[in-house]
Amino acid sequence: MNPSIEERYPLAFRLYPYQKNADQERSNAVRHPVVVVGGGPIGLATTLDLGLKGIKVLLLDDHEGAGAGSRALCFAKRTLEIASRLGAAEPMIEKGVQWNIGKVFHDDRQIYEFNLQPESGHQFPAFINLQQPYFEKFLYDAIAKAQSSGAPIEIRGKNRVDALTAHADHVVLEVMTPDGPYSVAADWLVACDGARSPIRTMMGLSFDGRVFEDNFLIADVRMNVDFPTERWFWFEPHFKSGDSALLHKQPDGIWRIDFQLGWNIDRKAELEPAKIRSRVDAMLGPNVEYELVWTSIYTFQCRRMEKFRHGRVLFAGDSAHQVSPFGARGANSGIQDVDNLGWKLAMVVKGTANETLLDSYSTERVYAAEENIQNSTRATDFITPKSEISKIFRNAVLDLAEKVPFARPIVNSGRLSLPSIYDGSYLNGADDIQLPRRTRPGSPAADTPLGEEWLLAKLGGQFHILAIDAEVPETLSIASVALSTIMLSSTGNAALRERYLGEAQSAIYLIRPDQHIAARWTRFDEVAIGTALLQATSSPENL
Amino acid sequence: MQNLKTKPNIAKPDDVYEALIAAHSGLTKDQSDALNARLILILMNHIGDEVIIREALALAQSSNRDMK
Ligand SMILES: Cc1cc2nc3c(=O)[nH]c(=O)nc-3n(C[C@H](O)[C@H](O)[C@H](O)COP(=O)(O)OP(=O)(O)OC[C@H]3O[C@@H](n4cnc5c(N)ncnc54)[C@H](O)[C@@H]3O)c2cc1C
Repeated sequence: MNPSIEERYPLAFRLYPYQKNADQERSNAVRHPVVVVGGGPIGLATTLDLGLKGIKVLLLDDHEGAGAGSRALCFAKRTLEIASRLGAAEPMIEKGVQWNIGKVFHDDRQIYEFNLQPESGHQFPAFINLQQPYFEKFLYDAIAKAQSSGAPIEIRGKNRVDALTAHADHVVLEVMTPDGPYSVAADWLVACDGARSPIRTMMGLSFDGRVFEDNFLIADVRMNVDFPTERWFWFEPHFKSGDSALLHKQPDGIWRIDFQLGWNIDRKAELEPAKIRSRVDAMLGPNVEYELVWTSIYTFQCRRMEKFRHGRVLFAGDSAHQVSPFGARGANSGIQDVDNLGWKLAMVVKGTANETLLDSYSTERVYAAEENIQNSTRATDFITPKSEISKIFRNAVLDLAEKVPFARPIVNSGRLSLPSIYDGSYLNGADDIQLPRRTRPGSPAADTPLGEEWLLAKLGGQFHILAIDAEVPETLSIASVALSTIMLSSTGNAALRERYLGEAQSAIYLIRPDQHIAARWTRFDEVAIGTALLQATSSPENL
Repeated sequence: MQNLKTKPNIAKPDDVYEALIAAHSGLTKDQSDALNARLILILMNHIGDEVIIREALALAQSSNRDMK
């Protein structure tokens, strides 16, 4: 094998072994409508979403499957809802560990406990813990299933993108394989090549933000213990294994342990198994047997690109934005990028929307990235105070939290990831303020039970009209966009009434293919729906 | 400034000021810093109103002689 395509990391699952493809025999670059670079969670989900929409998509990754190692662990409800739309959620729920209780300790005292138990009437739990390689494998399995029912998806393992030339209406990639280089052309390129994004570098684009001057040791350990399924977080733990520490359960009897080590450390010495064991032993106490499964040291940063669209190249996931893991916003926000981009790119490729629609992908997801960066930065600043005075205040909050309730909501060991609401997005149409605030334009549609079924399972993939206690035509075609209608009665469904009607008699919602609400009214008006649909699919200058 | 009270609002200022200083007596610098931080957080929560807190922050900042 060509040594220049050596693996940078070991694999947990070999999913798409290298195979020579016909494009490699050609002297001219074969043109593809969409090429996705990077087979991490975000590239896999993008490929799956586009393929399910009938868009021909080619995924290139420089490895042959899911990398092993300690990365994403907590997957949020919104991610599961999106995975469900993509047909990948079932095995995630089955394998994942569900949890609700979080406990926060300072030194040797518990100061705070929270319960994430969401309100009832949702199909998916607030969070599951699942190792990232499983998450990727389940997305890949859904791709394989889609392929076997005809989805036009191709994945090429050990295909590393080494160079890019951007043209006005396409890009050309130089791709290295074990059989040498070849070229691929793409009308559209989705760069999901991770935080170090070689594509971003090839295009000379900046990635600005903050690096936190601290190192975190992550140890995944296998042990047979009956600790409760809870998230335990220590500030200044009495066992002195780090300035902060975290214990969290994963599937397969594995626990995630994190220690905050400080800035000036000897990385090599810290990664010695004996040294790691001494820290873990101090935390777990004597007589707990365990096996170190995976260990690594990370520094964390919060940064993003200024724009996520650059001509024919779209950036999604860590290539576009990177956050510290406190609050689990990395993969969770990347999956929302996929959700936002998929339908827009599919419409542009099919010619049913102008390519300026893709600028709204950047606008909406930059807004979301800012929110995620703000939340992750605040949590990281609380956990690793950056000045003497901020540490004094942090410890004052911890001291007070033990005694008085007011200080507890200030304690920040990570605000867990919630989906972004695109308030103020120029794709949002009419609103009627009689209707409940939580389902205002820009918000993701709230799930609701419908007998044995769920509302979100009926939405998404295309534009929908949701009519509650109102009569609407069964099919509508406005501005050449097909709309499916769903008519529901609120009788006997308190959750539906509370989430979608409020005090109103009836409601009509226009819902985007990513299940976000585009516009809403209290009565059916076909002309108004047409206006909102144009707004939700075009850029403002086309209106 | 509209919400933050800047006129005298304490009936017996000497008594209250004395209590503030007395609370710090015998404390090390670290203990005093921690006490001040707790006190600020407690009072901030009591005020609750973000507009007033931000006005207080602005006033405190503008009164700092070492800051330009
Ligand atoms: C310790 C830790 C804990 C975390 N915990 C969480 C969590 O609990 N929840 C959460 O949501 N997120 C978490 N994250 C973040 C999460 O891991 C990332 O956000 C996620 O992996 C981003 O996915 P991605 O697909 O954008 O990029 P990546 O997963 O980095 O994938 C990029 C892919 O591109 C490929 N590639 C790179 N260069 C090329 C090239 N030139 N040609 C072809 N292919 C290429 C790579 O091989 C890789 O397969 C955590 C991260 C860390 C480090």
